[in-house]
Amino acid sequence: MKKGHIIGLGIIAVAIVIIISSIGDASSYESFSTAKEMASNGDEDPIHVVGHLKKDSRGTVTGLEVGEDKTSFTFTMVDNDGTEQQVYYNEPVPADFTRSEQVVVIGAYKTDQMFVADKILMKCPSKYQDNEFRDVTASKN
Amino acid sequence: MINTFIGNLGHFMVILAFVSAIITAWSYYQYTIVPETEKASWRKFSRVFFYIHAVSAVSIGVILFNIIYNHRFEYFYAYSHSSEALPVHYMISSFWEGQEGSFILWIFWDVLLGLFLIHTNKSWEGPVMVVFSLVQAFLVSMVLGVVIGDLKIGSSPFILLRDVANAPIFQMNPDFVPEDGTGLNPLLQNIWMVIHPPTLFLGYASTLVPFAYLMAGLWTGRYKEWIRPALPWTIFSASILGMGIIMGAYWAYVTLNFGGYWNWDPVENASYVPWLIIVASIHTMITFKKSSTALKTSIVLVITQFILVLYATFLVRSGVLGDTSVHSFTDLGLSGQLLIYLFFFLFVAIFFSVRAWKHIPSSEREASVYSREFWIFIGATTLGLMAFQVILPTSIPVYNAIIEAFGGVSNMAPPADQVEFYTKFQLWFGVVVACLTAVGQFFWWKKMDKAALKSALVTPYLISLLLAAVIISLAQVWDIVYMIIVMAGTFTIVANATILTKLLRKSTFKLAGGSLAHIGIGMMLIGIMFSSGYSDTVSINMSGLTYKRDWEDELNKENVLLWVNQPLQMKDYEVVYRGRHKKLEGVPGYVSVRKLEMTGQQNKAIALEDIVIDGETYHKKGDEVDIVLEENSYFEIEYYQDQKLQFTLFPMSQPNPTMGLISSPDSKHYLTKDLYTHISAINNYDDPEWGEAKEYKATPGEQFHLGDYVTTFEGGEVVNAVEGVELKEGDVAVKANLVVQDHDKQIELAPVFLIRGNQVGRIPVINHDLGIKVQVDNISPEDNQFVFTVNSYQKDYVVMKALVKPYINVLWMGTIIMLMGFGVAIYRRYDEFVKMRDKGLE
Repeated sequence: MKKGHIIGLGIIAVAIVIIISSIGDASSYESFSTAKEMASNGDEDPIHVVGHLKKDSRGTVTGLEVGEDKTSFTFTMVDNDGTEQQVYYNEPVPADFTRSEQVVVIGAYKTDQMFVADKILMKCPSKYQDNEFRDVTASKN
Repeated sequence: MINTFIGNLGHFMVILAFVSAIITAWSYYQYTIVPETEKASWRKFSRVFFYIHAVSAVSIGVILFNIIYNHRFEYFYAYSHSSEALPVHYMISSFWEGQEGSFILWIFWDVLLGLFLIHTNKSWEGPVMVVFSLVQAFLVSMVLGVVIGDLKIGSSPFILLRDVANAPIFQMNPDFVPEDGTGLNPLLQNIWMVIHPPTLFLGYASTLVPFAYLMAGLWTGRYKEWIRPALPWTIFSASILGMGIIMGAYWAYVTLNFGGYWNWDPVENASYVPWLIIVASIHTMITFKKSSTALKTSIVLVITQFILVLYATFLVRSGVLGDTSVHSFTDLGLSGQLLIYLFFFLFVAIFFSVRAWKHIPSSEREASVYSREFWIFIGATTLGLMAFQVILPTSIPVYNAIIEAFGGVSNMAPPADQVEFYTKFQLWFGVVVACLTAVGQFFWWKKMDKAALKSALVTPYLISLLLAAVIISLAQVWDIVYMIIVMAGTFTIVANATILTKLLRKSTFKLAGGSLAHIGIGMMLIGIMFSSGYSDTVSINMSGLTYKRDWEDELNKENVLLWVNQPLQMKDYEVVYRGRHKKLEGVPGYVSVRKLEMTGQQNKAIALEDIVIDGETYHKKGDEVDIVLEENSYFEIEYYQDQKLQFTLFPMSQPNPTMGLISSPDSKHYLTKDLYTHISAINNYDDPEWGEAKEYKATPGEQFHLGDYVTTFEGGEVVNAVEGVELKEGDVAVKANLVVQDHDKQIELAPVFLIRGNQVGRIPVINHDLGIKVQVDNISPEDNQFVFTVNSYQKDYVVMKALVKPYINVLWMGTIIMLMGFGVAIYRRYDEFVKMRDKGLE
């Protein structure tokens, strides 16, 4: 076998390892119910859940409890299937949290009742660019 | 009044730039194919049109900046990216905050590069400029803003707000102009955001140059010759793009709350991957110049790096990363256009390569293990695999989009812990690259066989082992993986330093580029290892409580709550939060908000006392002072060790109405480490909800508890003047002097009780730090008692995080050395090209 072939095979082997590990380490978007199922089957890999905060009829966020030392909080999240779930996050409340339109939590169930988020991604009405025109009362004219 | 002229002029310039780019491409095509006798006139014609293109492209930028600079908020771009309060240098960053502005920046750089190429090339001008002008046409089309039926081509930065917004105000008054814009994203209000995007876009723009030379070479049958002019530009591209990436990392380090400089965010990855391929292509191109091998590999890599830049642009701007990246742009509906752009050049490149493939010389000779070609090839392959490992998972949202486009369902998400996932691969690749640069350099400068290699490597190897041992024991690196990294890093530094000294002894500094750049890489590897691997969170909450009753795990909290003036032990330091500060125009350092009273006017305040810094009085009491960006507060955090004040940090925070709390850390820089302090949450200060009033009675001299504070009522005092109130004949004003003890601070409060005729007035004092409002409710002279009512809300606090980043300076120093190496290499290769050109050979 020529040296070039050995190198070629080596490269292919590394590439395959990379592909397999990318698939293996890729997370997935789940709902709370499938996440719970995964947890009860002993699968503790972190997953992504997309949803929004629970709000009352007046649009106020309910179920947000801030820890006494303000460095952690729990909140109630509703996933896209409508399942409500209490989520714990071991960081201070992000300041624009209650304004978020959509939240993605990355984490896993620690107990049956408690989903622990390692990371929270938020989508706010105008996070990157102000595409909605907010009424400006004052005018130059 | 609404000014539509300037926008129309801008739009006209865009169309002119687009049309002139197409004409230039066509005429340079003619210039390339016509017989020698007609060339001169075609060249003149082409150049004239490229100049027209250049002028119109620059005008687009000038006009857009004029719109921002003059606060023309009738234009959507100015309205949504700028505001009245921005200083000029941030207006520059708001220029490229939006996608349209950043495309214009890209177009501008390409114009400069194009002009440079026209005037430095002879035989290459025609075919290279065809490719250049075509790329320009595609880029300009991104800001064209032409709508034909349902087809939208480009997004114009010159559209009026009234044409975009649905607000009812425009039905009532079409000439309505908002008074202020929505402002610049506060994260971008940083000096690095003024210079990082232009650098990065110059890096992106310059990847076109080697690609254009390659296409020109394949087209005109100069399959080998394109390498010489392309090489200095490839190195230029690698250094500028590398510099841009590192500037972005530095910006993230000093501005963002990531706690680091690299987060493996898709947008970061999208710039890192082409950079790796560019670096790989530099190596194969150099190999070709030395030994006529690796030409095909070079061709593939040069095409790949250009296409990857387009792919990166697509990832960032199509909105496909929306859910996975913290800083991708919003979708402007350009994804289709970006894909056409990408596939057009991909097909052109494949077409020309396939057509030329059989004519491209390749060496049939098997490269020996003792040849430099072999080692460089392995190095380039490693870089390619590194790039592959990053781009594959980064593209997960693209796979989902493709599967969904075909009606499937895909719920694949990026790895949950990106940093861990990418690091575990890239770290080992880094070790391999470091070892290859060390060994490869020896092969480079000498003919090698087994014996020669041994003798050449043994000394550097021993020295580096010794050095690594010293570093490992001094810095206490006890993790085996990190030990290997230190060894690989020192090995590449020592080996390349050996080569460097040999080269310098022969006084050929021109050749030193490679070894300098490799020394830089070795230092970066060690710096990255220490600063991330040994990053230490200092602000661990030491309370050790179980955090939630129904779940037993204990989690370490990385944030601590600091009440004002109340010390807290965290690891080696005792920290105290001392209150908020502002920056004032013309005053060094920070000024406590206690000394300022806000006026309600933007960035203006009244000094409540003399503002004295280091013995110099900058403002007198009662002066109006200018605040530098009123929204920004600086939180004074004192660090003590053994009861002695070590240093004070002022991390910044801005509660932003659209983005929430935006924080920028402050760091204490040591030679060997940075201590990094970041604000995670703050007390809402401006609009407190006062609790119920409590009543306290006290006689002068009495000590009592005011809420949680031990307070001494020193006595009442009749005063002749009260601030803010004009005293009349017969008025009696009594000031009550209270001293509140808050840990080591004594805070004096003096509410005033005023009697005019048979009416009383009460002037309360508010102390935001303590979160209390005190007023004298009554004075009963019979029993010599003062009655105070006290409302309270919350003492001032911050929640903060502190990290130690060891040896981060090694990373920054390594970067600078690497860039110096690139600089030397560019000089050498460009010099070569110029000499050959002047001999009439190119």
